[in-house]
Amino acid sequence: MTALLHCVLTDARAARNLSAAAPLPDTPPFVSFEALHFGYAGRPLLRDVTLHARRGEVVALMGGSGSGKTTLLRLLGGQLRANAGRVCFDGQDVGALGREALYRLRRRMGMLFQFGALFTDLSVFENVAFPLREHTRLPESMIRDLVLMKLDAVGLRGAAALLPSQVSGGMARRVALARAIALDPPLLMYDEPFAGLDPISLGTIAHLIRALNDALGATSIVVTHDVPETFAIADRVYLLGDGRIVASGTPDALRASSDPYVLQFLHGSRDGPVQFHRPAPPIADDLGLPR
Amino acid sequence: MSAVAARLGAWVLDRLAGIGHGARFFIRLLALLPGALGRPRLVIDQLHFIGNRSLSIILVSGLFVGFVLGFQGYYILQRYGSAEALGLMVALSLLRELGPVVAALLFAGRAGTSLTAEIGLMKAGEQLSAMEMMAVDPMARVLAPRFAAAVIAMPVLATLFSAVGVIGGWGVGVLLIGVDAGGFWSQMQAGVDVFGDLGNGVIKSVVFGFVCAFTALYVGHEAQPTPEGVSRATTTTVVASSLAVLGFDFILTALMFGAA
Repeated sequence: MTALLHCVLTDARAARNLSAAAPLPDTPPFVSFEALHFGYAGRPLLRDVTLHARRGEVVALMGGSGSGKTTLLRLLGGQLRANAGRVCFDGQDVGALGREALYRLRRRMGMLFQFGALFTDLSVFENVAFPLREHTRLPESMIRDLVLMKLDAVGLRGAAALLPSQVSGGMARRVALARAIALDPPLLMYDEPFAGLDPISLGTIAHLIRALNDALGATSIVVTHDVPETFAIADRVYLLGDGRIVASGTPDALRASSDPYVLQFLHGSRDGPVQFHRPAPPIADDLGLPR
Repeated sequence: MSAVAARLGAWVLDRLAGIGHGARFFIRLLALLPGALGRPRLVIDQLHFIGNRSLSIILVSGLFVGFVLGFQGYYILQRYGSAEALGLMVALSLLRELGPVVAALLFAGRAGTSLTAEIGLMKAGEQLSAMEMMAVDPMARVLAPRFAAAVIAMPVLATLFSAVGVIGGWGVGVLLIGVDAGGFWSQMQAGVDVFGDLGNGVIKSVVFGFVCAFTALYVGHEAQPTPEGVSRATTTTVVASSLAVLGFDFILTALMFGAA
């Protein structure tokens, strides 16, 4: 399996232009959010959210800052519990699981945090080896081989001995990606994987998300608001606004949409359903000027 | 009036919930201790980090406290013609009180703040969340080994503090002032009880180890994941640990030596 993964990744790395995968057969959803409601302290954040991701798909959750995208990932990972509705992963209701069962389920998930969340006291090598050491009893030689292969898959075998403080933001993201796939999970979650990256790193990460997903036969949920890169790799896109799913479909379908929210988001327009100004009393009142 | 009562009630409930949360945290740490000791590599790493790096401040402070005890003790004892009892006075002061208490206060300032900042920054950098998402319990993997190491290191550091303090007292009393060396050591040997004095001092330092380690880890774990939050948490650790150590010292002293 590992050798196969390595071959596929090496081939995939050679491909320079990515495009969304062909439409998938109608299989049951691998990940689903069903009529989900969530809020903090009585303040609703997500309302009646329903979305699905099938095996092999790269699904993007897009929307403005504070629209609840990352919260959806935390609900899927079981770090938060929904107020109503269900979050299912491979047929299991994540919110209904106890601690042990949840931890068992998480071994089948890989998550890339916004800034990598690498363990700063461990080297790049040890960061990638961490889940292998914690969850397997593999001999040291095999752990070494696996870690080097994972690092090679993200192009950072040569950085194995470095500390996280010695690598750039883009490289840290790739190390975190290698760590996330260390146990070959069937579900990969990405929280803002493109935030703050230079164009080259951004393209590299986007390419890796698609390539690794296809090589592992995994399902990827990508939380982002970076339109061009995401549309190049996603099979399906859900657009969140005001705590709801306001649009969904393939990247091409969204590009062709005439929905004002979709148009504003895709073109980055200042005018549209999302107001530039947060609701406030007239400025004349605040400044004490006659109206 | 009713608004004030409501606010007071909410404050009390909030405090009670905090105490309950802290108690659950402490019990969980205790429950995870055996597992942490089952991974000695993790505990040894933390012993090095927490214990070895606190050694210099503990040894230097112990020596100076011993110097001062030598001077002050001689000043008082020579009034009553009991200068030879200086060794006993220095040893009892250090073993019963100053060793465990001052070592714990220094430990809270040196290792406690370091633990709080480390855990707080790990939280702010999402390292604890990442660990959870890798199905690794951060309390078992990160906090429990640190807790075990701090509890082990504390009595060792307190004992070293006392030992170096006795040497400091000897240096000032015998070498500098000229107290009889035989009297200094023989009175100490005759007057110090291994279980009653040394043993109780060690018990105190073990309790202080629990107090300091729990406070540092809990405050770090509950810190707001912001620079300001981590900064405030490290200050809280020093203040809370120091007050707790002094409070527990009073209770333990009353229990151990009150009847005598």
